[in-house]
Amino acid sequence: MKSHILPAIKLTCCCLLLLAVFYPLAIFGIGKAAAPNAGKGEVLEANGRVLGYTRIGQNFSNDRYFWSRPSAAGYNAAGSAGSNKGPSNPDYLATVQARLDTFLVHNPDVRANQVPSELVTASGSGLDPHLSPQGALIQVARIAKVRNLPIKDLELLVAQKTEPPLLGLFGTAQINVLELNLALDNLK
Amino acid sequence: MNTEILGVLAIFLFTLVLAWPLGRYIAKTYSGERTWTDPIFGPIERLFFRLSGIDPKQEMTWVEHLKALLTINFVWFLATMFVLMNMAWLPFNPDGNPSMSPDLAFNTSISFVVNCNLQHYSGESGLSYLGQIWLMFLQFVSAATGMATAAVLFNALKTRTPLPLQGPGEGPGVGGNNFYNYFLKSCTRILLPLSILVAILMMFNGSPMTFEGKDTVVGLQGDTVQVSRGPVAAFVAIKHLGTNGGGFFGANSAHPLENPSYLTALLQLFAQLIIPVAMVFAFGFYLRRRKLALMIFGVMTIGFLMLAIPNIVFEMNGNPAISAMGVDQSLGAMEGKEIRFGAAMSAYWSILTTVISTGSVNAMHDSTMPLSGMNQLLGMMVNGFYGGCGVGILNFFIYLIIAVFIAGLMVGRTPEFLGKKVEAREVKIAMITALLSPLLIMGGTAISAWMMVQDPSLPWLNNPGFHGFSEMLYEMTSANANNGSGFEGLGDNNPFWNISTGILLLLGRFVPIIGPIAIGGLLASKKYIPEGAGTLKTDTGTFGVMIFCVIAIITALSYFPALALGPIAEYFSIG
Repeated sequence: MKSHILPAIKLTCCCLLLLAVFYPLAIFGIGKAAAPNAGKGEVLEANGRVLGYTRIGQNFSNDRYFWSRPSAAGYNAAGSAGSNKGPSNPDYLATVQARLDTFLVHNPDVRANQVPSELVTASGSGLDPHLSPQGALIQVARIAKVRNLPIKDLELLVAQKTEPPLLGLFGTAQINVLELNLALDNLK
Repeated sequence: MNTEILGVLAIFLFTLVLAWPLGRYIAKTYSGERTWTDPIFGPIERLFFRLSGIDPKQEMTWVEHLKALLTINFVWFLATMFVLMNMAWLPFNPDGNPSMSPDLAFNTSISFVVNCNLQHYSGESGLSYLGQIWLMFLQFVSAATGMATAAVLFNALKTRTPLPLQGPGEGPGVGGNNFYNYFLKSCTRILLPLSILVAILMMFNGSPMTFEGKDTVVGLQGDTVQVSRGPVAAFVAIKHLGTNGGGFFGANSAHPLENPSYLTALLQLFAQLIIPVAMVFAFGFYLRRRKLALMIFGVMTIGFLMLAIPNIVFEMNGNPAISAMGVDQSLGAMEGKEIRFGAAMSAYWSILTTVISTGSVNAMHDSTMPLSGMNQLLGMMVNGFYGGCGVGILNFFIYLIIAVFIAGLMVGRTPEFLGKKVEAREVKIAMITALLSPLLIMGGTAISAWMMVQDPSLPWLNNPGFHGFSEMLYEMTSANANNGSGFEGLGDNNPFWNISTGILLLLGRFVPIIGPIAIGGLLASKKYIPEGAGTLKTDTGTFGVMIFCVIAIITALSYFPALALGPIAEYFSIG
């Protein structure tokens, strides 16, 4: 073993230079020169104010906005977490039932079988920025009433903001809730 | 066809197709043949070897290989302990995160040295950027260690002239049968170039690469929130290519900055599968036995699909307990999942990450359906359907030796593999290696369950009943398999879990490395017997079925009782 100690330490130092100094600095340099927002994370601005990070979900619980999904992290991106509740946990199932009841009270025109599961379950990161198209559409009636806007306009807005599956072939359709609500505020 | 399923299918096939040429390239690299990367990396490697005082052409015996491997791993362990316990005052700590406690640093150091990511902390609050970069370094070198051991085994199996067990050997390769040689080439010629490519793609699709600390923003609704950032793109690339899986953030690849879109998720699925599959093909190219490699690949793929397809079905069907409330579950079981990935990809990911020893997650496994959880456990218990970077093929080799032995007994001939007699010593080593896993997993789970019964107030479990038992079983299995994913509801940052899983990680890593290398070394020291009419053919479908049965029987006998107490019981309880 002894004859291997010095070579091991020296080779480790060499690899550190290549893999822990050169590699991250090279990526950092390329990002600084060319990546979106210089690699600091894409932000969404309006009226010269940063409203948030495009990829990070925000909490929307006001009836004037499209609600985002329930979150185990409270949408504070200083951390991130799922609920880690098991599918058979009785306390968890009671929480889901309570979320469903709350949603139905705020959206009296909606029936339970129209509520997609994402609106009563917490996401994996607690920061999910998206809703499914159905998750947004069933909130349209409520927002139309509160904001006094025609339902047609809101449905059109949801359709405009819907991102289809990748190339129309792969994955899910989704809507960025922050972008949708920002566009909603600009709708007159 | 459903677009969610189509996406999964497309990325699986895409990865397999590209693994073939990569396998050929890896085989050339290890055998020392000329490749197009020679002029780029050759000078760097020669410089590093000169500075380190290593002669990469010096042939090593299997004992020398292991000495070199264990020594350098021990150096990394000590250095990592130092970094993790002193992060608070060391540089690159803009968020002012604290140093780790000794038991957490012990667990984390071992975990990343053995290419696992059993993270009992959250990256946002538990590591400085120096700590993150250090762990990223380990993601390179621990993966390269695994790949180098695979190369050592390839070389031993190729040997036809008997090698002496002691003293300098004479391998058949022209590249130098030397651990440091295989190790450094794995870093420079395979992991680094691919990482640069993946990191750049991640960065241009939304992952940050910055050394600035947390940002504070006031959102549209008026809430003030903080957003953790960091050098994420570089980290995520090697995290998957090296099949380590350690998350930069607590939520791992479910986090929107660590995995911003469906496209980046496809990229990460590709990155974690490509090298394990390519290593199987490299085995075939290196030994010039492509048919044998294809047989191994076939068994692995069938095993993988038998776990993955049911999971996709379970997760797309959703939680029956929530269906009972009348909620529309056409999106599937969305607890712990992200909209941008969907249920099908999350289910596929959950099996890919557990059969390979990646352990990264894009959805919370604790919240998946009971039988999905069982399949994730099975993936880790077998740990050889593709398996981790380099070590996957080592694990599979153990099953192969056992199958050769049993098949030999069945037909009444001396078991042989690749022209070498497989005798009592090799089979003993294979059996000990294979049976150590159930002993460690069952023993560890039994002790933790006993402690829960003694003191039910222990703040460990996030869920009651059968699922709580599964949380403990999962953690022990994950540690032994060097996987790192978790039923993360488990409160595991305390001395019991930090130390017990630390020990499992060590044994679960080094025994399955030492075993195959020893068997390879012993086989290499034997006389080569040309294959004849009486030789048991190991590259046929029949033999593939034989290996599959060996794997299924060992796994079922070892783990069925525990699975019945956990996920199977939970399944019947929610109907």
